[in-house]
Amino acid sequence: MARSIQSLERAAAVLRLLAGGERRLGLSDIASAIGLAKATTHGLLRTLQQEGFVEQDDASGKYQLGAELLRLGNSYLDVHELRARALVWTDDLARSSGESAYLGVLHKGGVLIVHHVFRPDDSRQVLEVGAMHPLHSTALGKVLAAFDPVAHNEAMESDFASITAATVTEPAAYDRELAGVRARGWASDVGETWEGVASVAAPIVDRRRMPVGAVAVTGAEERVLDGSEPRSALVAAVRDCARAVSRDLGAGRF
Amino acid sequence: MSDAQDPALTTESREYIAAIDQGTTSSRCIVFDRDGRIVSVEQKEHEQIFPKPGWVEHDAKEIWTNVQEVVAGALAKAEITKEHVKAIGITNQRETTLLWDRTTGEPVHHAIVWQDTRTDALCRELGRNVGQDRFRRETGLPLASYFAGPKIRWLLDNVEGLRERAERGEILFGTMDSWVIWNLTGGTEGGVHVTDVTNASRTMLMNLRTLRWEERICASIGVPMELLPEIRSSSEVYGHAKGGALDGVPVASALGDQQAALFGQTCFSVGEAKSTYGTGTFLLMNTGHEAINSYAGLVTTVGYRIGDQQPVYALEGSIAITGALVQWMRDQMGLIHSAAEIETLASSVEDNGGAYFVPAFSGLFAPYWRSDARGVIAGLTRYVTKAHIARAVLEATAWQTREIVDAMHKDSGVELTSLKVDGGMTSNNLLMQKISDFLDAPVVRPMVSETTCLGAAYAAGLAVGFWSNVEDLRANWRRAAEWTPEMDPAERDREYQFWLKAVQRTMGWLDEEG
Repeated sequence: MARSIQSLERAAAVLRLLAGGERRLGLSDIASAIGLAKATTHGLLRTLQQEGFVEQDDASGKYQLGAELLRLGNSYLDVHELRARALVWTDDLARSSGESAYLGVLHKGGVLIVHHVFRPDDSRQVLEVGAMHPLHSTALGKVLAAFDPVAHNEAMESDFASITAATVTEPAAYDRELAGVRARGWASDVGETWEGVASVAAPIVDRRRMPVGAVAVTGAEERVLDGSEPRSALVAAVRDCARAVSRDLGAGRF
Repeated sequence: MSDAQDPALTTESREYIAAIDQGTTSSRCIVFDRDGRIVSVEQKEHEQIFPKPGWVEHDAKEIWTNVQEVVAGALAKAEITKEHVKAIGITNQRETTLLWDRTTGEPVHHAIVWQDTRTDALCRELGRNVGQDRFRRETGLPLASYFAGPKIRWLLDNVEGLRERAERGEILFGTMDSWVIWNLTGGTEGGVHVTDVTNASRTMLMNLRTLRWEERICASIGVPMELLPEIRSSSEVYGHAKGGALDGVPVASALGDQQAALFGQTCFSVGEAKSTYGTGTFLLMNTGHEAINSYAGLVTTVGYRIGDQQPVYALEGSIAITGALVQWMRDQMGLIHSAAEIETLASSVEDNGGAYFVPAFSGLFAPYWRSDARGVIAGLTRYVTKAHIARAVLEATAWQTREIVDAMHKDSGVELTSLKVDGGMTSNNLLMQKISDFLDAPVVRPMVSETTCLGAAYAAGLAVGFWSNVEDLRANWRRAAEWTPEMDPAERDREYQFWLKAVQRTMGWLDEEG
């Protein structure tokens, strides 16, 4: 078994101490309880405080457990909560882009569509909520794989099936594309999942900048593309929407 | 496109309508552009005061403070000032009743909220030997604790010295539209004391056909006419805002929240219907210029009136507890952390496990109108889990919708071909599918789900010429989603019978109605 790291053990002891017995403790109480010098203890507390695991009361100078600990234990974002928060913004996206809008999350090695807004042209359309899309060929999948390490692993382990002639089936080429997605902040799918259909997606992040889902618009290549690339106005609209939903989830301006 | 969303790029065309929605749990302000798109939203919740079981009150001072804050906040978020706002529209929780002192502007009591049941006994007393339909022919409403008239009477009877002050003309009555408009237009400094036909139609004091206060009914209920605001149309300039973030902007519409949603959903033709899923649920169907009397437990109400045009009437069915049941699961039962999680929990099972939940927390509303009913969870076995209960919670909303649609068909003879939905619960996909399944009809969600505010904005915009006619507004309507029925008809009928049996079990829980 590998040797344990002493400062982590000490930090854990501080947290356990603050979690039991008295709720708030002063520096000297903590130092004597865990048997360390005040200076060492202060260093531990300051680091824990920077990470949000410990908070210091302004008036008394005493320490207590921080809010970040609660968040760690409760970090799962409900997909229906995500849909409820995104509703207004995705309506607006579909309306301003004139295309259908989708919200997707990582689920069982694919993209689960959790929300779908019709293209605003009064044509007959079918709600696709609950459908699964591939990670390796869709714009939503690429965004998730680019920004979420778990999605990345799952994408790289997928079958890279050739769905259309344009599907990227080479894992290395796909991974290179993801680097580009990370750099520019959005992904596209030009006929890689459905012939003649193009899509643009951007990531939704929560308050800790963790990717929780992706938003996309999808439509005929003739409308979505300008030459071989997605129209810049469309890209901007998708990214604006992703930012607005992220802000609603508590992410700062970015 | 995105260019139009950037306020900095289009200074010339920056003309907007601000809508204030003074709702049951919060006050909101939404700024709309000419396409009916949302530019910004600001919202603030207010305290729900429960002095006794069945009583619900709001602090009207807190509400007015919140309204001012959300207006300023929405303008700031949109990066605009009052110069860009062409009109203000008001929509509000209906029937919530407030009396205030006209010289000090101080409320004499907390507002009594529409859900409050304290006037149950009074309503039965007012029915005398006729019963709850005593004033239905004139007002379209049954005598129920819901409506404003009896709430005014309760305040006059129970606040020390109030009746004398009222008779001396020192006191003003208003539903929340009147309170907001009076304060917006200057309050004690010349505020206008008005209400619109839709709000007035929920007081039980207005004659539906003449659109005037009915002196005989006011006398019967015991409401001095001196209290009452002037009844105006839903879409006209009542006055101008005085002071505050919107100083000088015309106040140009007022509609009760449900009528505003009917307007926002552009249900301008006979037979068009909308259902708004919020704390409670309200289904309204446009019946044109004719007020149809209901014999199936619905109410007849004014849908809207634009300026001096003929009024448009509606049939309405209301369900007391829908979103509130989900909140109850969250706050009182602690089974979920957020309202949206109800869908996650309910989706973890295939069906309701035989459980049916009838949330008659403050009695049953349409089509039963039974205040002696209380909530029931029926069909419990050891097999039932919290997930089945979550499913029963969502199904309760869908079955109650079905009961109202059945009643509307009976009264009007009009077959519902599709239902336009809005409100917070439309983000619940499972619920929308259940409604479509239980109605055996498509359920359609428009692209702007904030139809209540949109309706108030539309009515205000029409009044000041921002939009020229209702056809302009129809052109803005877009379908965002549609759910189609997928349920086996025999299964639907079987489950409906179970639901109806569960409803029977809620009745007569309280002794009052024998």
